[in-house]
Amino acid sequence: MNVQLPITRPSAVEAPQSPWRLRLRRFRRHRTGMAALALLLLIVLFCLAAWPVQWWLGVDTTTTDLLARFDPPSAAHPLGTDDAGRDELVRLMVGGQISLLVGLIATAFGALLGTAIGVAAGYFGGRLDAVLMRFTDGMIALPLLPLLIVLGALDLTKLGFSPEFARSGAAGFWRVVVIISIVDWTGVARIVRAATLAIREADYIRAARVSGARAGYAILTHVLPNVASPLIVALTLTVGRVILFESVLSFLGFGIVPPTPSWGNMLNNAQELVTTAPMLAVLPGLLIFLSVIAVNLLGDGLRHAFDPRGE
Amino acid sequence: MGRMLQGAPVSLLEVERISVHFSQGGGLFAKGRVLRAVEDVSFDIQPGETLALVGESGSGKTTLGHVVAGLRAPTQGTVRYAGQAIQVVFQDPFGALDPRMPVSAIIAEPLRIARRPAAEQRRRAGELAAQVGLPPDALNRYPHEFSGGQRQRIAIARALAPAPELVVADEPLSALDVSIGSQVLNLLRDLQRAHGLAYLFISHDLAVVNHLADRVAVLYLGRLVELAPRADLFARPSHPYTRALLDAAPRIGRRRGRGSALRGEMPSPMAPPPGCVFHPRCPKVQAICRVQPPLLGPAPNRRKVLSACHFAE
Amino acid sequence: MARFLLLRTVQALLVLLVMSFVIYGLIGLMPGDPIDLMMASNPGMTPEAAARLRAIYGLDQPLLLRYARWLWDALRGDLGFSRVHARPVLQVLLPALWQTCKLMLGGFTIAVLLSMLLGVLAALRPGDWIDGAISTVALAGVSVPVFWLALVLILVFAVNLHALPASGVGDGTWADTFWHMVLPVTTLALSIIGQFVRYVRAAMVDALRMDHVRTARAKGAGEGRIVLIHALRPALIPVVTVMALSFGGLFGGALITETMFAQPGMGKMIYDAILGNDYNLALSGLLFATLVTLLSNLAADLAYGWLDPRISVG
Repeated sequence: MNVQLPITRPSAVEAPQSPWRLRLRRFRRHRTGMAALALLLLIVLFCLAAWPVQWWLGVDTTTTDLLARFDPPSAAHPLGTDDAGRDELVRLMVGGQISLLVGLIATAFGALLGTAIGVAAGYFGGRLDAVLMRFTDGMIALPLLPLLIVLGALDLTKLGFSPEFARSGAAGFWRVVVIISIVDWTGVARIVRAATLAIREADYIRAARVSGARAGYAILTHVLPNVASPLIVALTLTVGRVILFESVLSFLGFGIVPPTPSWGNMLNNAQELVTTAPMLAVLPGLLIFLSVIAVNLLGDGLRHAFDPRGE
Repeated sequence: MGRMLQGAPVSLLEVERISVHFSQGGGLFAKGRVLRAVEDVSFDIQPGETLALVGESGSGKTTLGHVVAGLRAPTQGTVRYAGQAIQVVFQDPFGALDPRMPVSAIIAEPLRIARRPAAEQRRRAGELAAQVGLPPDALNRYPHEFSGGQRQRIAIARALAPAPELVVADEPLSALDVSIGSQVLNLLRDLQRAHGLAYLFISHDLAVVNHLADRVAVLYLGRLVELAPRADLFARPSHPYTRALLDAAPRIGRRRGRGSALRGEMPSPMAPPPGCVFHPRCPKVQAICRVQPPLLGPAPNRRKVLSACHFAE
Repeated sequence: MARFLLLRTVQALLVLLVMSFVIYGLIGLMPGDPIDLMMASNPGMTPEAAARLRAIYGLDQPLLLRYARWLWDALRGDLGFSRVHARPVLQVLLPALWQTCKLMLGGFTIAVLLSMLLGVLAALRPGDWIDGAISTVALAGVSVPVFWLALVLILVFAVNLHALPASGVGDGTWADTFWHMVLPVTTLALSIIGQFVRYVRAAMVDALRMDHVRTARAKGAGEGRIVLIHALRPALIPVVTVMALSFGGLFGGALITETMFAQPGMGKMIYDAILGNDYNLALSGLLFATLVTLLSNLAADLAYGWLDPRISVG
């Protein structure tokens, strides 16, 4: 009789389960996380629609028309015009591009800084660790918003930049990115340090060292990929915080400088708008609110997908 | 390796008077204490030989293994190695493999660090996986898809990649259950025969040691108390601590404990007792033991048995 | 304990000293300088007179020397003269500090009490609709831009309903002062409550899963007793620490709130001082803000040591 052997290892027929594939699968099952991702994509699409809409309607973000201030919604201006007669819809779209871009780039810079400091402190330990962590603690103890305002108020020409550059829109953009990223890296540094400390003593790092690996190899090959998951979750939440920072700085007049729109500086004179054109005061803030909620929910979803207890 | 010097084989590894001290605690105000994890230990390993290093947890055997592997610099003493490469197999097969790496990358890692060509890395990974008995589809999979025994096979394959002459095996079986452990033990022995490997085999399991070792070194509180050929040590232990260890070990067909089992706890290596460090627990203790530390030397009329006891058998 | 306290105080003073230098240096990098401003407001001033004034004020000297002189004066209680208010800095600072204290204490207290209630309520049955609703509100709380929240509150309660005043501090009577504080305090409380609710909920969920809580339940203790005595106490330890830590961060919220509601507190004072190039006032205000943050961190450390008997600080 011919005995059919059972397949003893079901995994033998499945594709290899790389950790990232497992996480993707877990994330897909997280409903609010997926919803947040969808909302975020919608917001991004909305912001990217600026180019076709500008072309279609024949409007831009800077042309003022003092005869058409606070116009109600019309075919030419689907959301009406603002206090300088500019198209509100297009300004919301372009402003969103600026706000989201600041959020992403400043988070990336802060992540680089924080990761470098956290890995150095955690991997090398000892005196370097003590010095870096005291520095980090000192940074955490600072009142962030007043500090950001001071940094936002600095005169770039006194730092050696040319007056032309200091007045340009690019300077305004990069200034916000830089000041937020040099202030908001402490959380990342702490998370990366803690994760590095845990991994530093792992036997797989010892095995690499026995084979002659130097610190650089161990950090790039073993430490960074293994701190990636707590880092990504932390960075998602950072993006939300950075968007809030940018908006409040721009709102107070120390961030993105008009005429370049951002969701924050579109509310510059909102205290007047509240009585004359409430919609103009509500819409940019609502978009900030929705973006940050989406980003935070996405962070929750990623945390769930990366939870080591699920692996 | 295998160089001949006036007919006598040169040792593959010579460990000479190694001490490892850790400073504990200490900060701005408190002066740290010194933990003497390993104290003045010397031994050698010949090509193809298995030296077992036994002792209770906290005896300093893992630290000594790290010193031999070059993972930790000794506070004093020298390690001379005549071969090309040393590798390590760790105790915990779950922590020894990077969970983010596929098995092929794990096995080939020593070659990648040595910047060998990618084609050689792939070829060797395939050969080694087959040698340690991994299923053919293992190479593209990730550590979490394997059982403990299979992971230990992966770790062994990685250790073999750079063709080492000596492998430090730090309790490689203690995280596995008995039947899996004995399979891995047989694998280690087969690999030794096939490649002429020498092992520094760290273990607390005397049954395993009896199965694999050529010579046995017994560590207590960081000090080498006995170093003897396996048969001599198991038949007639020279040091009272070794005897106590043997008596305490469970053996089939015999109830454990024959009266001279260990009394009390191992003292803290922060505050080792004066004289012979074993004296507070020793059944043969005399006045001299409390004052004079014994030196490691040949036991009476037993040239090959080294023992650190004033009353060595 | 005393040594720990001493050590942390010394550390805090050190941070304050370093920060005073950093802020002093940064303020020097802000646009304009005091003499230029004087020249702008007084067209009759000659360049020679300006140079003389520069020498008198020591502005021609290196940064470190100027800082040392400022520090020496500050340590003797002389924080300089406020340009915008034309009064000694301390006379401007103290009333503003009092205003901000009212706002921050009010907002903080409300946020703490309400978040305890909501956090515990949400933690009782994780995953049910109450938890869902409270967690959603908390998520909204951490995601909302504070200044926009203030705008919306003004729009609803002041502009549309005419129920509450939108700005200022009122005519000085108790009732009117209270009336004017309602919206600012609400805004500030809402700006931190989401964060707090998340902490309390997480800590309570953990605490209710602990062994001794299960034991108490098995012994038949009442549900109220279990929640209040056995779970809330251990849950409070991390929560109190985090709350105390965030008290300093509340300063940012106060700055926004005061600016939005035109309240003459520290936050608005710092904001106006920076806008108006009032260096002495901005510098002192920022240092005060740092001091408040450092003190709240110290309080967090102490609270932690005091609440958790297993941890002896020191």
